[in-house]
Amino acid sequence: MITLENATKRYGTTTVVDGVSATIPGGGVTSIIGPNGAGKSTLLSMMSRLLPLDAGTVHVDGLDVSTTPGRVLARTLGILRQENQLTVRLTVRDLVGFGRFPHNGGRPTVLDREHIERALDYLDLSGLADRFVDELSGGQRQRAFIAMVLAQDTDVILLDEPLNNLDMKHSVEMMQLLRRLVDELGKTVVLVIHDINFASCYSDTLMAMRDGAVIHQGPPEEIMTPAVLRDVYDVDIQVELIRGHRIGVYFA
Amino acid sequence: MRAKTDPLPTAVLQSTRKPVRTVPPRAWIVVLGTAAAALVAAFLLVGLEGNLAYVLPRRLNRVGAMILVAVAVAVSTVLFQTVTGNRILTPSIMGLDALYVLIQTVLVFALGARTVLTMPTTARFSIEVVLMVAFSWLLYRWLFAGGGRSLHLLLLAGIVFGVFFRGASSLLQRLMDPSEYIILQDLFFASFNRVDPTLLYVSALVVAGLCVPAWRLRHRLDVLALGRDTAVGLGVDHRRTVTLVLVICSVLVAVSTALVGPATFFGLLVSALAYQLCSRFRHAVVLPIAVLLGVIALVGGQLVLEQVFAFDTALSIVIEFTGGIVFLVLLLKGRVR
Ligand SMILES: Nc1ncnc2c1ncn2[C@@H]1O[C@H](COP(=O)(O)OP(=O)(O)O)[C@@H](O)[C@H]1O
Ligand SMILES: [Mg+2]
Repeated sequence: MITLENATKRYGTTTVVDGVSATIPGGGVTSIIGPNGAGKSTLLSMMSRLLPLDAGTVHVDGLDVSTTPGRVLARTLGILRQENQLTVRLTVRDLVGFGRFPHNGGRPTVLDREHIERALDYLDLSGLADRFVDELSGGQRQRAFIAMVLAQDTDVILLDEPLNNLDMKHSVEMMQLLRRLVDELGKTVVLVIHDINFASCYSDTLMAMRDGAVIHQGPPEEIMTPAVLRDVYDVDIQVELIRGHRIGVYFA
Repeated sequence: MRAKTDPLPTAVLQSTRKPVRTVPPRAWIVVLGTAAAALVAAFLLVGLEGNLAYVLPRRLNRVGAMILVAVAVAVSTVLFQTVTGNRILTPSIMGLDALYVLIQTVLVFALGARTVLTMPTTARFSIEVVLMVAFSWLLYRWLFAGGGRSLHLLLLAGIVFGVFFRGASSLLQRLMDPSEYIILQDLFFASFNRVDPTLLYVSALVVAGLCVPAWRLRHRLDVLALGRDTAVGLGVDHRRTVTLVLVICSVLVAVSTALVGPATFFGLLVSALAYQLCSRFRHAVVLPIAVLLGVIALVGGQLVLEQVFAFDTALSIVIEFTGGIVFLVLLLKGRVR
């Protein structure tokens, strides 16, 4: 569970996240949606202590992200950034192995190797394990980084736009994977996502942001309505029920 | 909630590990270590004649200075490149060498060449080390104050400072007596022949003392090399580690430069080669390989120049020339990140 209390971030005189108080339930997929510049990435970075808070607090599973030692927090909270560039030459298995760093400080044990192999397996990367990361396609590299976060074995995983650069097939696979992490492994997954329909189909909770504030939060049935979506995006969006999922139609 | 130590529940563990078809890094360490030891022995023993009590300590002194510079420059370069996330810039290129030249120029300009050459070496050494550490520390602190992600600012600032120091030096050199300038010029290239034994011992203590924390940081540095955000996500205290590494780097480079003189591209040469030899990036292997390559380049180069070409002082020029070419090649290949 993640608890935000009055979380605030300012750059100079502009406040980009404005006193957000919210609770993200444990053991589910929560998608943060909203227009460009709403403050989604900033909020996620604050939750993952990549950005310091200017005011307020964030607790992840009871740990205050501003004061908990990094190593301790890293055993509870795993993060995947939007861009994942490597300047060093590593194999996929080496990269995934870094996920164990918070547990072993760089000295792998037998248990760590097991975690690594299973994370590789879970992401269907066993065949690529000895390839160098810089020789992979964008989608494969994305999966390698997710495997690293998985090997980290945290209860909470935060992802910033994990569908960026993925084609349709890989986007679907990514969302199914995140669903499996929650359904099979009981993890808490929070992601920033632009496609409201992916968010609607795969999330337990939607969190809508606008102008640095969380203006709506609830299950897809509550958020995926023309009125709420108009409030968030200033666009008229029809919502159709297709095979049990709420799909927004805004293309024409 | 499942137990924290439970691995992910999947089917059988697959063991599809294929060997990577490259020389394992540890084999490189053995090969390079043997080569370095052989070169050091050869340097000490080849053509050893005359008064041993005079010749041998002198040779030991010179080879000691070379090993010390190899360690200081290789370690500081690899560490600096890891925390700044680039493979092209080194502390020397960041303006430190230009500052060394400026210090020498100012000293010669203000006191005259004779005074500078005859003043106590410890005094000159201390002035240089203190000024260079102070400069690099101020530069890094100022640059990393804003959250530690201003690499491009760091690069730009280093270049601007370098240009400024060089400009100031050449202005003073133009105003200087030509005969003083000729003496001054001699100080601009690294030389292992004029190293004072006392300074060598002090420097060796400092360098050894800094290599201990550097080595203990090796696993954290591996994580740091993945980039700031990933490192923070994996629990590394980014700010503290970067600060510590920059302190280590600034002292290492200052000591080495004050001891033998500037070696702008030497660090780049050994780090670029070390990365080439390491099929997988790990500080635990890159650091020793870079150090050994440094020892081989300096001791081997000096040996060849002295024994084969009967030259004495040209080594640093040859190394700088090679390193400069590596620098250009890296730049042209666009590996600036
Ligand atoms: N380092 C920064 N300095 C100043 N403004 C920033 C900085 N980072 C983000 N912002 C501003 O904060 C706002 C929110 O950004 P962001 O959280 O990235 O939005 P989103 O992810 O919702 O598109 C934007 O208006 C952006 O311009
Ligand atoms: Mg964003």
